[in-house]
Amino acid sequence: MDLFEHQAKELFAEYGIPVPRGIVAHTVEEARAAAEQLTGRVVVKAQVKTGGRGKAGGVKVADDAADAEQKATQILGMDIKGHTVHKVLIEEASAIAEEYYFSFLLDRANRTFLAICSAAGGMDIEEVAHSAPEKVAKIPVSPLDGVDRARAREIAEAGGLPAAALDGAAELIEKLWASFVDEDASLVEVNPMILSADGQVKALDGKVTLDDNATFRQSDHAAFEDKDAEDPLEAAAKAKDLNYVKLDGSVGIIGNGAGLVMSTLDVVAYAGEAFPGQPKPANFLDIGGGASAEVMAAGLEIIISDPSVKSIFVNVFGGITACDAVANGIVSAFQLLESRGEAVSRPLVVRLDGNNAELGRQILADARLSGVELVDTMDDAAKRAAELAAVGA
Amino acid sequence: MAIWLTENSKIIVQGMTGGEGTKHTRRMLASGARVVGGVNARKAGTTHEGLPVFGTVAEAIKETGADVSVVFVPPAFTKDAVKEAIDAEIPLCVVITEGVPIHDTTEFWAYAVAKGNKTRIIGPNCPGIASPGASNAGIIPADITTAGRIGLVSKSGTLTYQLMYELRDFGFSTAVGIGGDPVIGTTHIDALQAFQDDPATDAIVMIGEIGGDAEERAAAYIEQHVTKPVVAYVAGFTAPEGKTMGHAGAIVSGSAGTAQAKKEALEKVGVRVGKTPSETARLMREVMQAR
Repeated sequence: MDLFEHQAKELFAEYGIPVPRGIVAHTVEEARAAAEQLTGRVVVKAQVKTGGRGKAGGVKVADDAADAEQKATQILGMDIKGHTVHKVLIEEASAIAEEYYFSFLLDRANRTFLAICSAAGGMDIEEVAHSAPEKVAKIPVSPLDGVDRARAREIAEAGGLPAAALDGAAELIEKLWASFVDEDASLVEVNPMILSADGQVKALDGKVTLDDNATFRQSDHAAFEDKDAEDPLEAAAKAKDLNYVKLDGSVGIIGNGAGLVMSTLDVVAYAGEAFPGQPKPANFLDIGGGASAEVMAAGLEIIISDPSVKSIFVNVFGGITACDAVANGIVSAFQLLESRGEAVSRPLVVRLDGNNAELGRQILADARLSGVELVDTMDDAAKRAAELAAVGA
Repeated sequence: MAIWLTENSKIIVQGMTGGEGTKHTRRMLASGARVVGGVNARKAGTTHEGLPVFGTVAEAIKETGADVSVVFVPPAFTKDAVKEAIDAEIPLCVVITEGVPIHDTTEFWAYAVAKGNKTRIIGPNCPGIASPGASNAGIIPADITTAGRIGLVSKSGTLTYQLMYELRDFGFSTAVGIGGDPVIGTTHIDALQAFQDDPATDAIVMIGEIGGDAEERAAAYIEQHVTKPVVAYVAGFTAPEGKTMGHAGAIVSGSAGTAQAKKEALEKVGVRVGKTPSETARLMREVMQAR
């Protein structure tokens, strides 16, 4: 889960990392009140989970409360790379002497953590790393060793930070490491990390990615969830504990196993190229290796509630759970939905392969479920589902 | 012959007494794997599924001569279970558990390295490893394929099963599911190297997914070191951009991570990449028939 800047800074503050005083505002009135409370010059910052908001006009300095209200009027509701601005952070303006870059992140390739530090901050660090790689220090950090004050200072020195900033930076980096570990983050980024005119090192911006696998020991992270931005279908699927992602096509997809479902999306998209309107997958839905009747019913329920779905493709490989059990699951799912008055009103293509495939297909054929077609191979089934979506469009 | 797992492998199950552990211990035994015991500190001295339960991995090794551990313990306890296996210096530890926090995996990996890499770790979040006709450590359904001379390495479980099933008339020396987590023990490259050196493997199927640059690095490795034919499949061309991929993350892997980039990297070094799983199976069929 990615955090908003204001959430990242709230987290940083809990670890004693200096951040500017700030107040979140959802309306122009709140923005004005926040600026009045902070007094003096403030910065109005769009809260969106994407980069490049400064260039897009989502960050503006305001001289007083009236100006802050005006700037907030411009920024609230703005679209930044497909993200609508629903809130702004009103923050006291900082007197910046210098800007640096700092982050801790997971280095997948080397299976360790990495500290990235540079005296060239405040801009796109990827660009700096590309054009002037010598200005960006990348230092592996072992989870067994961690980062204490001395190590933090070494990292800051390696990043080329000036002597005046070293003490403050070392303290900030040590605390940032604590937040990275204790909060189960896979990224904590401060860009810019500033040296203020009065010699303080502060986090002027913050970006944090939290590990969703760690929620069992990070119960307070649920409060960071952005319920407003969640797609209603994704929210409903989440409530049913389903692994679902909404996409923009018209072929509903159900499969077992993340790799197989990802592959199903690709195969449907290829197949769709041959049909009018080029039907594409409407969603990703992995019902897991087991593919039980209850989960199948819950999955079908989500998919039929999506008005953009014109056809449905159920693609199951019977491995751990054999195909006869999967077929019985599909039949029970239909009965379950029928008993709730939720008929599967769209054509449904089923491909069953693997253990007891013949038996599974026979069970489905005998059940004579309305609108259900059996196709033997994944490629042909994808083609048929795409064709049905094109016809139904 | 096979890689890493043979008919002589003696398997213990960490978390054998739990629901998943019990179910899959039964399935492993039914497939002919030599499961010799389980580990659960609270149930030491008892038997489960007719097998002895030991208090520690070290004790289980001492009593049974086990050389493979399969881990089914819940995510909250996986790190300690794997570190225990590393301390006991078991040669192979297969971590099936899904949902292990990234800090835990990174820590036990660093721990394995610090201890001299005496334990090969496969996973986490993987289906395990199967050498059809010889042994099976994990949850791969053994009965979907036969013993043969194709080696397979994959990030995905069900795509592994799909390919094993489609190519069941040729059969497999070993299939390794390395798992889909950002940090994993055994990589595509480790498996490619082992298959290249395995006299019982003639050709290799490699299955990748979006994210990271493991496939690109595997392509570079293939160009330099692999002379056996490799056929690949990459899933995720139409997948939306991953939300967990931070801006700063891209600085480490460059612009890599898309299925297209992976496919291009593999094709550039002469690896044939199937457009669908079935086309991938057809390509491998051609390779095996030409031999």
